[in-house]
Amino acid sequence: MKILVPVKRVIDYNVKPRVKADGTGVDLANVKMSMNPFDEIAVEEAIRLKEKGVATEVIAVSVGPAKAQETLRTALAMGADRAILVQTDDEVEPLAVAKILKAIADEEQPGLVILGKQAIDDDSNQTGQMLAALLGRPQGTFASEVTVEGDSVIVKREVDGGLETVKLALPAIVTTDLRLNEPRYASLPNIMKAKSKPLATKAPADYGVDTAPRVKTLKVSEPPVRVAGVKVADVDALVAKIKELGIS
Amino acid sequence: MKTLVWVEHDNASVKDATLAVVTAASQLGEVHLLVAGEGCAAVADQAAKIAGVAKVHLADNAAYGHALAENVAPLIVDLMGSHDAFLAPATSNGKNIAPRVAALLDVMQISDILSVEGEKTFTRPIYAGNAIATVEASDAKLVITVRGTAFAKAAAEGGSAAVEAVAGPADAGLSSYVGSEIAKSERPELTSAKIIVSGGRALKDADTFQQVIFPLADKLGAAVGASRAAVDAGYVPNDYQVGQTGKIVAPEVYIAVGISGAIQHLAGMKDSKTIIAINKDEDAPIFQVADLGLVADLFNAVPELTSKL
Repeated sequence: MKILVPVKRVIDYNVKPRVKADGTGVDLANVKMSMNPFDEIAVEEAIRLKEKGVATEVIAVSVGPAKAQETLRTALAMGADRAILVQTDDEVEPLAVAKILKAIADEEQPGLVILGKQAIDDDSNQTGQMLAALLGRPQGTFASEVTVEGDSVIVKREVDGGLETVKLALPAIVTTDLRLNEPRYASLPNIMKAKSKPLATKAPADYGVDTAPRVKTLKVSEPPVRVAGVKVADVDALVAKIKELGIS
Repeated sequence: MKTLVWVEHDNASVKDATLAVVTAASQLGEVHLLVAGEGCAAVADQAAKIAGVAKVHLADNAAYGHALAENVAPLIVDLMGSHDAFLAPATSNGKNIAPRVAALLDVMQISDILSVEGEKTFTRPIYAGNAIATVEASDAKLVITVRGTAFAKAAAEGGSAAVEAVAGPADAGLSSYVGSEIAKSERPELTSAKIIVSGGRALKDADTFQQVIFPLADKLGAAVGASRAAVDAGYVPNDYQVGQTGKIVAPEVYIAVGISGAIQHLAGMKDSKTIIAINKDEDAPIFQVADLGLVADLFNAVPELTSKL
């Protein structure tokens, strides 16, 4: 079966985001961008399923600006077979991304779609679930283990309080949690090879999807700043302060 | 506006997370609750007593027993014919179900709200809590998940809502529950604890973590948390993890032991009322958010602290 892996280009997770002074958003000019960490895990899982002979082809997809090509090349260098860039300079909300992915899934007929559980920029945690709803297929969110067995997939999910295992009929949608795997680094020869792998460029209109935002951002502001605290000299001083708080 | 709130429960009792969502929902309009599960009549009775609730819808069916999104989402979509907003706690169940509901209704979801600013205006954290966005929805119906620690909990007693049974759609036949491994703990639950003692990578290994962190937590009647580094290193199970990708907590007192304070971790605990940090690196970022800091070797300082409290 084919596996479809949507990936997103986001601010690098090591960068501390700065809110623009005019409150219109976060300053992304000249900031290092990378593949969303949860998506790296998704790509890795898809490639491992291919290495096990479960998957025949891994297709990476990204919806975003021309520079999202770099993110797709990274996925190709990790081991994806081909890529599709749905190019747009607009900010596309999870619902519209899910609609574009549905159209691609209708065309490609993947057995599995593996997404990250959330993007570290908008922190929405929606796209996978929305895609599952639009396709009318089951969802295995926050996966820490994925096993394909015949015409179903067993997904161990990270839930509040522990782990839960569900069995889903294929085709299915899986979203990755951090513990699913450790993504590989792309080697230099593979980075070179990735340059010649096919990358198709499309537009949202090719899939008949309207990407007009449904949610308007009125303002982006800095979170409330905590008042600077004090350092105490030793354990005795700390004990005294804790007793003042009245918790022991 | 008529709101429908997803009741988080374990088929026996209402989970605390629901109470904060009721508070958020009551700021929008009339509050209706949905108790979906299997053998959950007792939950509905409890839910009816929550202050400020006008009605409880009870969907008791084996198909809803394990809150599988494939079965529960169509039930909610049916009920949304007569409601204007759907709210769920931003727990793993809420985050699993709500976006599926939103897509079936063809509306965008507003995730993890921190406040209700108007009928369609909310604030929510983005970039791991490094920025707060004020957003306005344009869809006819609202689908929202609520950050539990950002709203006061509604009183669990005092209400007397009517319970009405609803028959939802049958099992969609797409998914089934196989089993679960729930970590056992006699300590308070992390997300509702008043005090949390949290350990990081500096604890070295699982045994050391137990020997250093647990006695202090027990002395204070506190829940135990951990940084992602401590979880990844296998010191404690992953449901101890506090951070952007783990649990978001806001206790009265958060004691961070051997945690450097990466943004991923801070996103999960920086709304705590008082933060106490013990770390031997005086330049650790955790000291920038800590109200009280002690620069010391935790292997000496924590046992000493435990014995002196």
